[in-house]
Amino acid sequence: MGKYCASWSACLILLALMTGNLVRADDAQTEGLRIAQERKARDRGWDNSVAEMTMILRNAQGQEATRDMRVNTLEVRDDGDKALTIFDSPKDVSGTAFLSFSHASEPDEQWIYLPALKRVKRIASRNKSGPFMGSEFAFEDMTSFEVEKFSYRFIRDDQFNGDDVYVIEQVPQDEFSGYSRQLVWIDKAHYRVRKAEFFDRKGAALKILEFEDYELYIGKYWRPKTSYMFNLQTNKSTKLVTHSLEFKVGLDESDFDKNSLRRAR
Amino acid sequence: MVAVPAWITVFLNRPKTGLLGFVVLCLVIGLGAKNLYFRGDYKVFFEPNNPQRLAFEEMQNIFNKSENVAFLIVPQSGTIYDPVSFSLIHDLTHDAWQLPLSTRVESLSNYQHTYAEDDDLVVTDLILSGRATEEQVLWVESVVSGSPELKGRLVSENGDVAVINATIQLPDGDQTQEVIEIAAFARDLQTRYQQDYPNHRIYLVGMVIMNDAFAVAAQNDAQTLIPLMYLLIIIMIAILTHSWAAALATLTVVVGTIVIVMGGAGWYGIYLSTATVNVPTMVTTLAVADCIHVIVGLRYFLGKGLNRKQALLESLSLNIKPILITSITTAIGFVMLNFSAVPILAHLGNMAAAGVMIACLLSLTVLPALLMLMPVNTAQKDEGKHAFFRRGGQWVTRYYRRILPYSALIVLVAGGFASHNELNDIAVKYFDPDSRFRQAVDVQERYLGGMSNVDFVVYTNEPYGVTEPEVLASVDQFAGWLRNQPQVHHVLTFSDTMKRLSMNMHNDEAEAYRLPQNRELASQYLLLYEMSLPYGLDLTNQLDIDKSALRIVAVMSNLGSNEFTAFETQARQWFVQNAPGLRVEAASPPLMFAHIGERNMQSMVWGTVLALILISGLIVLALKSWRLGLVSLFTNLLPALVGFGMWGLLSGQINMALSVVLSMTMGIIVDDTVHFLSKYQIARNQKKRVSESIHYAFETVGLALTTTTLVLVAGFGVLTLSDFALNSDMGLLTLIIIVAALLVDLIFLPAFLMWLDRDRQVSNGEHYG
Repeated sequence: MGKYCASWSACLILLALMTGNLVRADDAQTEGLRIAQERKARDRGWDNSVAEMTMILRNAQGQEATRDMRVNTLEVRDDGDKALTIFDSPKDVSGTAFLSFSHASEPDEQWIYLPALKRVKRIASRNKSGPFMGSEFAFEDMTSFEVEKFSYRFIRDDQFNGDDVYVIEQVPQDEFSGYSRQLVWIDKAHYRVRKAEFFDRKGAALKILEFEDYELYIGKYWRPKTSYMFNLQTNKSTKLVTHSLEFKVGLDESDFDKNSLRRAR
Repeated sequence: MVAVPAWITVFLNRPKTGLLGFVVLCLVIGLGAKNLYFRGDYKVFFEPNNPQRLAFEEMQNIFNKSENVAFLIVPQSGTIYDPVSFSLIHDLTHDAWQLPLSTRVESLSNYQHTYAEDDDLVVTDLILSGRATEEQVLWVESVVSGSPELKGRLVSENGDVAVINATIQLPDGDQTQEVIEIAAFARDLQTRYQQDYPNHRIYLVGMVIMNDAFAVAAQNDAQTLIPLMYLLIIIMIAILTHSWAAALATLTVVVGTIVIVMGGAGWYGIYLSTATVNVPTMVTTLAVADCIHVIVGLRYFLGKGLNRKQALLESLSLNIKPILITSITTAIGFVMLNFSAVPILAHLGNMAAAGVMIACLLSLTVLPALLMLMPVNTAQKDEGKHAFFRRGGQWVTRYYRRILPYSALIVLVAGGFASHNELNDIAVKYFDPDSRFRQAVDVQERYLGGMSNVDFVVYTNEPYGVTEPEVLASVDQFAGWLRNQPQVHHVLTFSDTMKRLSMNMHNDEAEAYRLPQNRELASQYLLLYEMSLPYGLDLTNQLDIDKSALRIVAVMSNLGSNEFTAFETQARQWFVQNAPGLRVEAASPPLMFAHIGERNMQSMVWGTVLALILISGLIVLALKSWRLGLVSLFTNLLPALVGFGMWGLLSGQINMALSVVLSMTMGIIVDDTVHFLSKYQIARNQKKRVSESIHYAFETVGLALTTTTLVLVAGFGVLTLSDFALNSDMGLLTLIIIVAALLVDLIFLPAFLMWLDRDRQVSNGEHYG
C-alpha cells in the first residue's frame, strides 16, 4: 500500500476515508430501515376501510379508459392486508369481485367471482408484478406496505414541493417482483410517501408515481386523493382517484372470505 | 468562342490568393459538418401528416412496438425436449431481460400456461427453474402440442428449434447507437451460451439485429470500398491524362465540393439519411466530368503550342457554356425532387443541386488556379487520341443508315426487358449468403418460415368491443383464413386465448375449447386472465386499454415488397367480404418498408424522368434550338431505358438503392448530351456540313467524354465487389447507365443527327442562330 501513498499520513487519511464509507453505508441501511419502520408505525390501527375509486388509463395515443370500483380493506397485523375489490364499470365486468390476501413474504392468495359464470375461482399464481386491470399499477404497487417486503438504504435529504423529505432506496425481497429497486420520497413531517420511482429488472427507470392532495382521516391517517403513475418506457399513464373513503366501518374477517365474494354486488 | 469572365480570370492571374480563399471557405463551411447527424428511422421517409405514418404511429401508440431480437436455439440432437435444452432456454430467457430497452421477453420457458385444478385456475411458467426433469419435459411437450399460441412461434412445428423473443422499445429519432448497443449485448449472450452449451447452435435474428447488420455492412463498405473507389478514380485520371497533377487537382475539386455541400447542409440543419448519404458519390460524378473537360481541353491546346495560361483560357472559353448548361439544368432537375412527398428526397435534391453548382464553380476557378501552379505534363501529346475519335466520327457518319435501325432494335429490346423489372425489396437478401446474419435468417426460414410479420388491428370503437361474440368469431375466421395462406407460418390471435380460457373455466374439458357465447362471459374471462399475468407478459401487445381494439400477428415468409402489399390487399378484401362492420388496419416494419420502397421508387424514378424532360426543355432555351432540345430528350432518356433494360435482363429485381441510381447518373447523362450537342452546334454555326460538324464534335469532346466514363466505370466498378447487395447493385447499374449514356451519345446521337439534318447538309445557319 505504501507504494501508492506518498506518505504514511496520506495512507492513514485514505484508510480513514475508506472505513468511513463503510460505516456510512451501514448507517444508510439503519436509517433507511428506521424511516420505513416509522412510516409503517404511523399507519397502524385503522382496522378497516371502504373506498370508492376511479382508475383513468391513458395510452401514448391519448386514448382514455375508466374503471370504477369499490375497495374494502381489512388491516392484518404483521402481514399484508386483505382486500375485496368490486368492479362497477366497464359494464361487461360489473359485479366481478376480486379478493386478495397479500402476504409479506409468502405468495399472495387471490380469488375472483365471475357473475356471468356464477362461480368463484382461485387464481393459483406467483405473479404479482403484472398490471392491475390493465393499468400502469402492478399488483405489488396496490398491496399494503410491509417493512419485510424490502431492504432499505437512505440516499439523501431533499425537498419535494417545498417540504423536507427523505429519499430512500427499497430493494424488493421477492424474486417474483417486477422491480430491481425503487426510490421513495417520504416527507419528514408525516412519513407520507410523496413520490416513487420504479426501476425494471435490468435497472432502467420504468415508472414514476406521484401522490397528490393528501387528506387526514379520523385525525390520524393520511391518504392521497389522487395517485398518478407514469410509465417512462411506453408513455402510458394511470390516474387513481379516490372519491370517498371511510375508516372503521365495522368490517371483519367474515367479510373477506370466499362466501363474501358471492354476496358482493 | 466565348470571352472568359473576370471572376474566372482572376484565379488565373492570382492563383495563390484564389486558393487561399478556397481553403478558408472550405474550413468555414466545412465546420458545419459537426452539426450533421444520421437518422436511420422510418419517419424520415414520411411527412409528419402522412396518413400511412399516422396510422402506423397510432398502432405503435396503442400497442407496444414490435422491434425485436430473437435467439434461435437449435439442438444437435434434433429435439428441444430434453432437460439440457430446457435449462438453456430457461437461463437465456432470464438473461435476455437484461437486453437494453427490452420490454418483453417470451419463450417456452416463461410462457404463461393456464390449466384447471378443481375450482382453481393455475397460471404458471412452463419451465420452472431447477425442475427440468424428464417428467417435466414430457408434460411440456404435451402442453405445446395443444397450444397454437406456442407452436410455430416459440417452438418449431417439429420441436427441433426453440425461440426466445425479446421485444425492444426503441426511442424516436436516431436509433443507430441503441441498435449497435443492443446487438452487441445480444451477441455477448449468444457467445456465452454457445460456450456453455456446445451441443446447441444459437442464432440471432430479428429487426434490431437486421438494422445492426445494415449499419455494419454500410460501415464496412464506407471504410474499404468507398475509399478504394476514390483512389481508383484518381489513378484512372492520372493514367488517362498522363498527369498526377491533373489527378490531384481533380481530387481537390471533388473533396472541396463534398466538404462545402456537407458542411453547408450541417449549417442549414439538414440531417443525414439513407438517401442523403449518397450525395458525395453523386456530386463526385459531375465534379469529375467538369474537371476532365477542362483538363482535356488544356492538354489539347497545349498540344497546339499555346502557353499554359493561353491554353487554359482557350479550354475554359470552349467549355464554360456547356459546363454551365449541364450544371444549371442538372441542378434544376435535382431541385425538382422537392415535389416528391418524401422529405429526405427533397433534401437529396437540394444537396445534390447545390453540389452540382459548387462543382461547376470550383472546376472553373479552383481547378484552373491549381493547374497554373502545378506541373502539367505536356511531353505526351493526345493528338493520336483525338485522331482516333475523329476516325470514329467518320465511321459513324458513313454507316449511319445501318446504325439507326440497329439502335432502334436495341432500344425496343431494352424497353421490353425494362418492363420485366419489378420492384422487389427483400431486405434480408441484401446480405451475402456467407454472412453471419444471412445464415441465421436462412436457419429461421428453414425451421420457422421467416422473420417478417404483418400485424392486423381490428378496431371496434367501443369499450370491451373485442369480447362481442360476433367480433371474436370474425377474428377467429380471419385467423383461419390466414392459416390457410401458404406464405403465413404462424398466427397469434386473441381468439385462441379466449378458447383456452373457456376450456380452463370448464375443468379443461376438450369440448369447452370454443369461443364464449356471450359478451359478459368473455369480458370476465379476460379480466380474470389479465389479473393473473406477470410484468412484461401482459396482453398490451394484443389489446388496447379499453379493449376496443385487438391485434393479430401473422408471421410470414421473407417476401418481396410487392408480395407484402398484395397480401395486405387480399386480407383487407377478406374483411370487406366477411366482416364489413369492422375497421381493420395492417401495419408492421416489413409492410412499412414495402410501402416505402414503392413510394421511394415511384417518386425517384418519375421525379428523375420528369427532371430529364424538363432539362431538355431548358436545353432548348440554352442552345436556342427546338430541334437540338428535342434531340436531347432522346439522348437523356435512352441511357436510362437501356440501363434498366440491361438490368431487367440481368436481374429484374429493383430494390430501394437502385431507385437513386437514375438521379446519381443524371448529371453524367446530361453532361454527355450537352457537350456533344454544343460542339456540334458551334460547328454548324460555322456553316460546316452535318458530317463535318459531327467529326468536329468527336474530335473535341470524344476524348473527354470517354475519359470521364472510363474513370467513373473504374470507380463504380469497385462498388460491385461489395458483399452488400445494396451497394454492389447500385455500383453495377450506375456503371451500365454511364456506359449506355456514352454509347448513345457517340453512336446513336450522331447517326440520328445525320438522318434528322440530312436535308440541311448545307446549313443556312438560321435554325442555330
